[in-house]
Amino acid sequence: MSTLSRDEVARVAVLARIDLTPAELDRLAGELDVIVESVARVSEVATPDVPATSHPLPLSNVFRADEPVPPLDRDEVLAQAPAARDGKFLVPQILGEE
Amino acid sequence: MSTTTDVDLVDYDDAVARFDPVIGIEVHVELGTRTKMFDGAEQFFGEEPNTQITPTSLGLPGALPAVNGTAVEYAIRIGLALNCSIAESCRFARKNYFYPDVPKNFQTSQYDEPIAYDGFVDVELEDGTVFRVEVERAHMEEDAGKNTHVGGATGRIHGAEYSLVDYNRAGVPLVEIVTRPITGAGERAPEVARAYVQTLRDIFRALGVSEARMERGNVRADVNVSLRPTPQSALGTRTETKNVNSFRSVERSVRYEISRQAAILDAGGTIVQETRHWHEDTGITTAGRVKSDAEDYRYFPEPDLVPIVPDRAWIEEIRAALPELPAARRRRLQGEWGYADAEMRDVVNAGAIELIEATVEAGASPAAARKWWMGELARTAKQQEVELADLPITPAQIGALQQLVDAGRINDKLARQVLEGVLAGEGDPEQVVVARGLEVVSDDGPLLEAIDAALAAQPDIAEKIRGGNLGPVGAIIGSVMKATRGQADAGRVRELVLERLQG
Repeated sequence: MSTLSRDEVARVAVLARIDLTPAELDRLAGELDVIVESVARVSEVATPDVPATSHPLPLSNVFRADEPVPPLDRDEVLAQAPAARDGKFLVPQILGEE
Repeated sequence: MSTTTDVDLVDYDDAVARFDPVIGIEVHVELGTRTKMFDGAEQFFGEEPNTQITPTSLGLPGALPAVNGTAVEYAIRIGLALNCSIAESCRFARKNYFYPDVPKNFQTSQYDEPIAYDGFVDVELEDGTVFRVEVERAHMEEDAGKNTHVGGATGRIHGAEYSLVDYNRAGVPLVEIVTRPITGAGERAPEVARAYVQTLRDIFRALGVSEARMERGNVRADVNVSLRPTPQSALGTRTETKNVNSFRSVERSVRYEISRQAAILDAGGTIVQETRHWHEDTGITTAGRVKSDAEDYRYFPEPDLVPIVPDRAWIEEIRAALPELPAARRRRLQGEWGYADAEMRDVVNAGAIELIEATVEAGASPAAARKWWMGELARTAKQQEVELADLPITPAQIGALQQLVDAGRINDKLARQVLEGVLAGEGDPEQVVVARGLEVVSDDGPLLEAIDAALAAQPDIAEKIRGGNLGPVGAIIGSVMKATRGQADAGRVRELVLERLQG
């Protein structure tokens, strides 16, 4: 039984800004479904006394002191950008917001 | 899209008579740590663009975040001050979306496990009524960079040709405080909204976790408003007005949304759940994004940061070190100063607490300090359209001025002239007294001369007083005060006049 539809893959692709052809969508829907089903099998063996784990490392409270580090050089950074102006990154006009 | 009033509005009083407004407020506060939330880039306001950037705050490949411990402590301070429970354990999450001011393409935030939850804030309204606002949660996250839209007529996104991005602010620590739906405020909902944000601002300052300057965007509010027919009805559909950045705007935007939504509901329409933009200049809101399925942030736990499990002893240490909060401080000072409730409210509303406190420390009595700041100085500030604190005079100077009065060296009338001199930049009160020659004439010699001159000039009055009629004494005192340019002690003049004529 399929748990992940082609439409869902298409929607996630849009959210992730990945441009997929219809053929790619067909293929990925199948492949991703196998992955999702494999992962879902974990919940079959997990009993209620097994807590969900987001962080497998036995670590917590790893804090950094509030001490400054030297910044990157602005000119060097902006030189890597496709476009810059007035010390700022220049990006294409932002659409679809207002 | 129009930014002018192109919708019908229902008169506010009419709207709240027929609908029950419910509001909800999200307040973001930028923490005043030295460095950013997840990296060591320094953060302070007003630097040249893109000079406070590191690989992490630019989201460069391979860069890893590390939590600023001081920011966590500040967040706990805020949580405790808002009467919240502090989480046994909490974690960060990624909120995924694409926008140029978010360089990683996700914001590191807290989602299902905020550091603080289930609190409340008692908000005091201008007339002294206390309104309790329940806090659902306070969580840690990072600020975004700043976009400047170039080419549009209004500097907004619409019509812009391109945008310029400054990442100095990207990664600045934020705490977001979310209320539960605020019900029961009725027609006072706009006032409650404003007072709530103002109360939080005061708390942030008292806690020392942020400069909390509204005009710099240190504190920003998103205001949710919905209407329902009666307090018993289910909650209506809400709108969220984003980034309202002054107390006055918070109040105005809630009023506007209540009037606007009432008009739509009256016409049989439905409220669209959407974000709205506040326009400070025209005092209206306009539609922004419609909340829809497209807004799917796909939150998931941040794998690069381990959970935060605040040590209970640490929390108690922070709690014990919390400073006195503004409401408690107001109550304490009112008791110490002996002000009536109404007097204290006026002082609070005028933003004069710190000024009066410092003036009292500088040697003035609480009554005198209040008299100066709420009288002469309040009038001057109003005339000049500035805040009291921005007048070119310090509490220390007012304290010194009052001490001159208390010592009998100047009287009230002269004190006002001294004040004028200090405000005009002529120096401290003592310097103004000397430079303007304003000291009270305490030597009887010059006073007697002036008295004799006044009596000689008004012999009929002198005769009446000699005959035992003390009514006209005031006229002689007036002449003497005039002759000494107000520098005489009126009480002493009266004594001398009576000695002269009846002694």
